[in-house]
Amino acid sequence: MLVLTLDQITIQTEDFNVAQEHQCLLQDAPNIGAIVTFTGLVKEFTKDDNTSLFLEHYSTMTEKVLADIIQQAKQRWPIINSRIIHRIGHLQLGEQIVFVGANSPHRSDAFAACEFIIDFLKTEAPFWKKEITSEGESWVDAKESDRKTRERWYNFIESG
Amino acid sequence: MLKILYFARLRDEVGCSKELLQWQDHFASVNDIKTLLNQRGEPWQQAFSDNILHAVNQHVVQSDHAITDGDEIAFFPPVTGG
Repeated sequence: MLVLTLDQITIQTEDFNVAQEHQCLLQDAPNIGAIVTFTGLVKEFTKDDNTSLFLEHYSTMTEKVLADIIQQAKQRWPIINSRIIHRIGHLQLGEQIVFVGANSPHRSDAFAACEFIIDFLKTEAPFWKKEITSEGESWVDAKESDRKTRERWYNFIESG
Repeated sequence: MLKILYFARLRDEVGCSKELLQWQDHFASVNDIKTLLNQRGEPWQQAFSDNILHAVNQHVVQSDHAITDGDEIAFFPPVTGG
């Protein structure tokens, strides 16, 4: 049976509608049994109610990296379609910043693929956050915990 | 000619987002470009003393990765998206 794949990668300044994204994952394929989605929100890095973020990226590299992450996920799990949205530009606390969705015949594969995609996105896709507070602006440092979270997939792959 | 790009904190530190470098026959790897930039002194030396990643033609590579005339070489700090 021919399965049409409609993976989508979108980088945009505007907000996104999770219900619409979910609907796309629902319509894409006839044999899906599960849709899993993840939405990341802007959180505060320092205690300051006026915190906002500015997101920049390396546009030509971003799409290549995200497409590669999706391909890796698809080699590992029977994902039918996946969608990634990442916002750039100015974002306020609590706003949606990133969306990852995947559908598959079984829920465990969709859960795993979603988590794999966001873990690799956070450590490999060329986005950078600058935090803007009433004190001034500062670039956000990469977190060791994110790197470790990604590392466990390598352990998983080696042992699995 | 090489196209050199800088992003995020690194771009702020060196005060430049993009430059073109004349190809030199002794260029073999990304290391040669890092050496050349370091020889400019400050603020390059300080900026490149941090943990910096490099991509050649939009793929992250080790610093001994071979380069050729016409490549796009990007330097940036560890990524913080998501």
